[in-house]
Amino acid sequence: MTDRVRESGSIRRRLLVQLLSGAGILALILFLVVQDFTKQLAEENQDNILRASVTSVLDAAAVQNGQITIDIPYSAFSMLGNVSDDRVFYKITQNSKFLTGYDSLPEAKLAKPLAQLQVSTANYLGEEVRLVTSTRLLSNAGVPVLISVTIAQTRNGQKQTLAFISRRVSMLGFGFFTIAAILTVYSAQSTVRPLRRLAASVSRRGPQDLRPVAAPVPREMVPLVDALNKFMGRLKKSLSQSEEFIAEAAHRVRTPLATLRTQAELTLHRVERDETREALREMIRAIDESSRAAGQLLDHAMVTFRTDYLEVQKLDLREMVCGLVENMRPVADLKDIFVELESGSAINIMGDPILIQNAVRNLIDNAIKYSPVESMVKLSFTYASDIIGLIIQDEGIGFPKEDRANLTNRFVRGSNVGGRIGSGLGLTIADDVVRAHGGSLSIENNAKGNGACVTLYFPSC
Amino acid sequence: MRYLLVEDNLALAKAILDRLSLNGHVADHATSVETAHDFLRVSDYDLILLDIMLPDGDGRQLLKEYRANSGKTPIIALTARSQVSDRVGVLDLGADDYLTKPFDFSELEARCRAVIRRQGGAAQNIKRFGNTVYDGVSGKLSVNDVSLRLRNRELRLLEVFINAPDQLFSKSKLVDRLFSHEDDVAENAIEVYVARLRKQLESSDLKIITERGMGYRLSVL
Repeated sequence: MTDRVRESGSIRRRLLVQLLSGAGILALILFLVVQDFTKQLAEENQDNILRASVTSVLDAAAVQNGQITIDIPYSAFSMLGNVSDDRVFYKITQNSKFLTGYDSLPEAKLAKPLAQLQVSTANYLGEEVRLVTSTRLLSNAGVPVLISVTIAQTRNGQKQTLAFISRRVSMLGFGFFTIAAILTVYSAQSTVRPLRRLAASVSRRGPQDLRPVAAPVPREMVPLVDALNKFMGRLKKSLSQSEEFIAEAAHRVRTPLATLRTQAELTLHRVERDETREALREMIRAIDESSRAAGQLLDHAMVTFRTDYLEVQKLDLREMVCGLVENMRPVADLKDIFVELESGSAINIMGDPILIQNAVRNLIDNAIKYSPVESMVKLSFTYASDIIGLIIQDEGIGFPKEDRANLTNRFVRGSNVGGRIGSGLGLTIADDVVRAHGGSLSIENNAKGNGACVTLYFPSC
Repeated sequence: MRYLLVEDNLALAKAILDRLSLNGHVADHATSVETAHDFLRVSDYDLILLDIMLPDGDGRQLLKEYRANSGKTPIIALTARSQVSDRVGVLDLGADDYLTKPFDFSELEARCRAVIRRQGGAAQNIKRFGNTVYDGVSGKLSVNDVSLRLRNRELRLLEVFINAPDQLFSKSKLVDRLFSHEDDVAENAIEVYVARLRKQLESSDLKIITERGMGYRLSVL
């Protein structure tokens, strides 16, 4: 009945892992793209200023009185200073001959003279520099002079800026990830919530509650709930069919038996011959025996069936037993047996009332049946910390010691029952019922005197 | 006492009616829900014996309607259906007791008596024989205004005699009336109860006469 369902991972965890790794990758891409973009932007900015500086220095070159003069404009370097505090190097050559600046500064290679200004990276004095070289052809008295200007700038400041921006961008990425993570957890929860709600509403139900699920569910769950509803419908039908069958079977068996018994009894009142009367009594006994067996068999079937679908509720055991005793009293009176029930306050247990009634009724019935006339049947309660016992004592024939272990087996009766009518199912039913409730049945004889002492133990609540 | 028996099984109904008249009761017999309604409309009863499965409907429906129309008469349901599921339902609907078919007549009698007694004083069934008064409902016997405590079997034996004074009962007939067939009793067990009853009736105008070899009869002085 209670096979464990095999798990194949959790939807919530799967959602969390997928969405969180998605968010992580997106955050990383965001970080890389922004960092790369700012780096490019910064480089381009520096390169443009380097180009502008070179151009402005070259523009300042002029021929004066046959001399090449270059009045390096202040703005050429102040522009670079605006970008960062990096060091600036320059070198001016004339026809590849060093003129001024840092002699050892390398020059950027030009694809061809006067081409678009190329910016390249080089290592100078142990530092990485960006450098731009540009040339200009001047004419000094008809002689062409090639002026070449190289300006370089270290990249420390730029690197610092980039590191700063990186930190900001990584914070942005982290923030993005955090918000995404919170949303992910929330959405995973809310995706699983209808499932949980459905599971809770189904498991909260009593065993007899097989109504279809009526609460609205998300569209994706409709096929599942639909299937569940159909399944419950089939189960309900089959349960009610079994119950109906048991009730109907009882009716079908007992009605003709009732007619038969009645006829036998009527005849018994009419005939006088002792042999005929004895035969009729035997017949009535046989009818009683078979109707009792049929009743007990069907009761046993019902009990077995119900123990699988226990309808547990809180009940007052004393009140229930009191009702049963009152109901059995007329039968006990017929043999002048007094049934005594210990009085007291309510005794609450959790149980299926129909099953427990059936078990207790069987035991009271047994006590009356096996007791001599004008005797006493005593019902009392015993309490321990976590257990409640209902003790039923009679002054009857008791249980033979050697039979006790087997008496709860089906169709087993004590060896001392004599001609008393019985089916051998009463104790089986009582035992099945208490076991289904997590209790036990004890079969003893009274410590003093004759008679049986049967105790039903239930866990207390 | 006036009984209404609602039962469609004619053989069973006849047996119950015979037994009721043996005990000195009057009974009407309805075989369907409809005739039961007719009887209930025109007469008052001390007890209703109601079969649950009837040809034209469910006895439980009748029970429900009767109680809804504030019918007070105690009802014992007779059912052949499974005890576990139907027992509770029938009592909840307002039946005072129920009996599963087939049943022992002495149990039916006992339950009728218990139900009527529980109803409390509404019905009286007092019989007077000289200095002796017997109340069939409460099962009380008094001689010269002194009430006597009789055991159930002594009372039932007395009742058999009181319902048919001067009629001769063989021991074996008395066994059938007094003991359920479940008990394996010898006929001379009756002698014990007759002796006890005689002792109780010592100063009464009622006497139990032994007809040697034939049985017993009750005689009123």
